[in-house]
Amino acid sequence: MSVLLPILLSSAAACGLTVILAAALLVVEKLLVNRGTCVVDVNDGERKLEVTGGRSVLTTLTDEGIFIPSACGGRGTCSYCKLEMTAGAGPLSPTEMPLLTAEEIERGLRISCQVKVRNDLAVTIPAELLSVREYRGVVERIRDLTGDIKELRIRLVEPEAIDFTAGQYIQLRAPAYGDNPDPVYRAYSISSPPSARDGIELIVRLVPGGICTTWIFTMLTEGDEVVFNGPYGEFRLSEAGGPMIWIAGGSGMAPFWSMVRHMKQTGHARPCTYFFGAVRERDLFFTDELKALARELPWFSYVPALSGPAESNGWTGETGLITEVVDRHVREAGDLEAYLCGSPGMIAAAAAVLHAKGIGEQRMYYDKFE
Amino acid sequence: MTPALAQAGPSTMPGAGLMLVLLSAALTDNILLTRFLGMCPFLSVSRQIKSAFGMGLAVLFVTTGTCVLNYWLYVYLLRPLAAYGVPAESLKLILFIIVIAAFVQLMEMLIERISITLYYSLGIFLPLITVNCAILGASLFMVNNVTSKGFGLWRVLTYGFGSGLGWFVAIMLMAGIRRRLKNARIPPALEGAGITLIITGIMAMAFVIFQGMIKI
Repeated sequence: MSVLLPILLSSAAACGLTVILAAALLVVEKLLVNRGTCVVDVNDGERKLEVTGGRSVLTTLTDEGIFIPSACGGRGTCSYCKLEMTAGAGPLSPTEMPLLTAEEIERGLRISCQVKVRNDLAVTIPAELLSVREYRGVVERIRDLTGDIKELRIRLVEPEAIDFTAGQYIQLRAPAYGDNPDPVYRAYSISSPPSARDGIELIVRLVPGGICTTWIFTMLTEGDEVVFNGPYGEFRLSEAGGPMIWIAGGSGMAPFWSMVRHMKQTGHARPCTYFFGAVRERDLFFTDELKALARELPWFSYVPALSGPAESNGWTGETGLITEVVDRHVREAGDLEAYLCGSPGMIAAAAAVLHAKGIGEQRMYYDKFE
Repeated sequence: MTPALAQAGPSTMPGAGLMLVLLSAALTDNILLTRFLGMCPFLSVSRQIKSAFGMGLAVLFVTTGTCVLNYWLYVYLLRPLAAYGVPAESLKLILFIIVIAAFVQLMEMLIERISITLYYSLGIFLPLITVNCAILGASLFMVNNVTSKGFGLWRVLTYGFGSGLGWFVAIMLMAGIRRRLKNARIPPALEGAGITLIITGIMAMAFVIFQGMIKI
């Protein structure tokens, strides 16, 4: 007892003091940090939000139903949540400095997860982000397209319809599971055409060790509820009407699978050659559908290409790296536009080939997988 | 002074008034220049007078506040507990740090509320005050003074304030010197922390001279 008593007393003193001080701090925080109601002016009076101050602009906007893309979850590392703040944002914080160029600072851009709402402030939010919102849906179908690529169809529950442009993407939320303590969001291009407004389709390739793709491949089943927000992205067909080429590999199929069906439905005839690269024949998917489309639509042609060793089962199509195939097919640049979707390595290699053919940077559009 | 204090040690400190405590804590026993405590923020935040001023004020405020809080903690909790065999001397280290951490949190909230510019210019050093050894040092020396010289609340308050003031004076002096150093030709190998430490050493020698003048 005589040994135990001092130990107990010491522990009690340390724990008691900690609890008392923590409680005191919580009380003070309530009094000090709560800044009452602030008004956030969006786009010069287009919307005026009455919000409770004290939290970051990003969180505040999210709670108000305005979704700003953010990959790092508000940790101030990805810089996706850049917004122009015209008034009330206060001085630039040291955590924002490394993420902004001098020119961006000049324009009044801020990292919205690092700026707290301390008073009334004015932000400029691009119009397409204002139409971004959160959707709840149910997984209607999961099917294998290849050994490591699945197609997901999500039927919308709340809200019941979505409007987007072919080529845009959404951010799917993977819930906390296993070693992953917080929900994470990952971007996937929508592969269904915009006319199917009651749901979306996604094409997902398994990334070994990836949090979201592992969840999709091992845990997600038909009938599960999922949450995503969107649509985002500038990857879309340009206003020009000239010929174009599409280059994709793997799950880079998604935006083009949406675009070609959208063009067919709307009667948007525009000369287009679609190059799709894979290693072996079993890595190809939607081949029959795309070949059928190519037969049906005079302006569309589909060129699948295999880079792996020629197999004995009679592959008669193109072989070689997708860059070599493009190199053989594209004769002169003219007013050709190029749309590329796939891994950064594939995009860089293909872009180099196209540059050499005289297609300028302003006529190339990218959707890179980070 | 309080009666308790008058009993505790009148003979050891003849004529030790509050002024004397203040001067000795701030000058002759300057916590930074004679004991080299709190060097990390001293070296990094003394580049600009404005942030040195803010940091100095923050340390001054925290040292004063935590000295008084820790005095109460020592007198009303640790000393009574010692009667039950609790190792007060070891435990005080943990408890003092907890008090300092909470106090710094409080101050961080206050500064963020009052001046956002100061908040950003202090940057990471504001939360780092928690582990500024000058502040823990002041609290620990304060306990020595309480036990050996019978300091009471007022003298503890003065001692804490004096220690913080000493640190404030030191960092302001250094910031002033470093502003002039910007145009000086310094050997490349000594730029930055090197020349700052050398200057600190020279300043320390100057302060050591005060030592014979006042003794509490």
